[in-house]
Amino acid sequence: MSIQDVSLSMPSRAPSWRIKALAFACDNKLFVFGALLLLLIILAAIFAPWLAPYEPNKIVFSQKLMAPNWAHWMGTDEFGRDILSRVLYGARTSLIIGVSVTLIAMLIGIPIGLVSGYFGGRIDTLLMRVSDVFLAFPPLLLPIAITAALGSGLANAMLALAVSWFPWYARIMRGAVVRVRSETYIHAARSMGVSHFRILLRHVLPNATTPVIVQGSMDFGYTILAAASLSFIGLGAKPPMVEWGLMAAASRSQLLENPWTVLFPGVAIFVLVLAVNLVGDGLRDVLDPKKGTR
Amino acid sequence: MAKYIAQRLIVMFFILLGVLTITFVLSRALPGSPVEMMLGNHPTAEQIAVEREKLGLDKPLPIQYFNYIGDLLQGDFGNSLRTGRPVMEEVVRRVGATFELTLLAMFWVVVLGVPIGVISAARQNSVVDNVARAGSIAGTAFPVFILAMGLQLLFYGKLNWLPLQGRIDASILLDSPFERVTGFYLIDTLLAGNFVALWSAIKHLTLPVLTLVIVTLATVTRITRNMMVEVLSEEYIRTAISYGVPKWRIHYAYALKATMIPLLTVVGLTFGYLLGGAVVVEFVFDWPGLGGFVVFSIAQNDFPAVMGATLVLATTYLSINLIVDLLYHLVDPRLRVQ
Repeated sequence: MSIQDVSLSMPSRAPSWRIKALAFACDNKLFVFGALLLLLIILAAIFAPWLAPYEPNKIVFSQKLMAPNWAHWMGTDEFGRDILSRVLYGARTSLIIGVSVTLIAMLIGIPIGLVSGYFGGRIDTLLMRVSDVFLAFPPLLLPIAITAALGSGLANAMLALAVSWFPWYARIMRGAVVRVRSETYIHAARSMGVSHFRILLRHVLPNATTPVIVQGSMDFGYTILAAASLSFIGLGAKPPMVEWGLMAAASRSQLLENPWTVLFPGVAIFVLVLAVNLVGDGLRDVLDPKKGTR
Repeated sequence: MAKYIAQRLIVMFFILLGVLTITFVLSRALPGSPVEMMLGNHPTAEQIAVEREKLGLDKPLPIQYFNYIGDLLQGDFGNSLRTGRPVMEEVVRRVGATFELTLLAMFWVVVLGVPIGVISAARQNSVVDNVARAGSIAGTAFPVFILAMGLQLLFYGKLNWLPLQGRIDASILLDSPFERVTGFYLIDTLLAGNFVALWSAIKHLTLPVLTLVIVTLATVTRITRNMMVEVLSEEYIRTAISYGVPKWRIHYAYALKATMIPLLTVVGLTFGYLLGGAVVVEFVFDWPGLGGFVVFSIAQNDFPAVMGATLVLATTYLSINLIVDLLYHLVDPRLRVQ
């Protein structure tokens, strides 16, 4: 029985999101590819201590700058550290960065968007204009300035990225809330005397989160790239932390002589972001009502 | 139209004020006192007090804020902690390099991105479309610095076609210097009729521009394609087809026109990405612009310099978006009526 049959056999109910997702997965091989790739990277990150052939920070000067070989699949860096092990451990850092930055940005942006969209009027104008100010900086520049002010380091870089990114969520949330606000069930709740706070939390929020989730999944890759860039220019992760952008920066002087020291961490970032973007695109197609199911 | 421009200028003024407020807050949030950083070598309490008074840091914050804004309006960005000279001088000296890089990248992104997007939309699922879509997926996943270094490795390390970094051969500046009129080397060398220098400038520009184009092309192509697909399904397009209007005319005259507004928005936003990306690109290619200056100044703890360059880049971005906003009115007659 094909997926279409399943939905046809239950005409009284709209097909559940599971079925839609399954149908989508069958149609969209890129999404499945991205999801599998992402799953693989997540597993690699979780099991890094068992998968990594060497200690990621173990310095062996006698084995420095070895080209990829059977003992070191991705070669070694200028301190003789095994690049494969470092790439595996680096997946942890990047995934944690991506998730945390996106979540913090959402935690700041969603309440602002909720209040702004629901109450409208002056509060709305004020909150949105403040958001506009944050968007007036070219991307990456505000996080750079904030990190420079707070002091370099991964935690500050992540906070800076989230602070620079929240207005996007605030705006999207606001847009979704404005649409939901005029629905009959909100008026009904209001006329029954339900408090604004409860309406926002129980009725508006659950019905307005989809666009934010879609945006979040699309931004996930961007935050990973931006954090890697910050580390690369010396504002993000610091040794002994293992981070891909930092690895590329540390080996920059080796680019022409021993390119693998730079390229493997770079390819790792590329593959992770690619996987995340493919999944994000897929999620958008599933969840975005404007796009239908396909 | 005049009323609209006035409105936009007022909005921009307030946003700029907000931007200044953020940079003010950031420059007062520095870990450790900027004065101590400036004086270095364990200054005495007296030295610190004198310096604080000189810089106006002993005054209440609101007064400091107004002084800060007042200074900025007069083009005083403070002095660099590293050189002791006005930040403005450094910024002015470098602004041309950044603009030459980003404007050239912008040019290529539009010239390549828009037609690719249109062709992609016109021939959905064709080879061009699939390559463009795959390219745009891959393009957005590239870390700028890895792409930049990959290009260096290929075009300098392996092929030796293009220079590794810098803006022009140092020997040219010694042997056949040219007058810097606009700060754009392409124009300045042409004005001077110095073709050796021009060729060197072009070769030095190629890799940084290529890097920026690759990472931003994807977005423009993708959005052009999506919008074109939407417009091409409109009824007036079907009417035009049934009237026998040639395809190229439908695509480039009818449909593209309808996508102009969102496209202009994207171009404005892309410029922001280029300015942000320029920070990393300039750092990798040792490009003597504002972006590289930001990174260098951060490493030197030269905070006034960081904030000065940030302000100039943010103001540029704001101005570009203002221009984009005003262009809407030229492009879309509907807005003029409203």
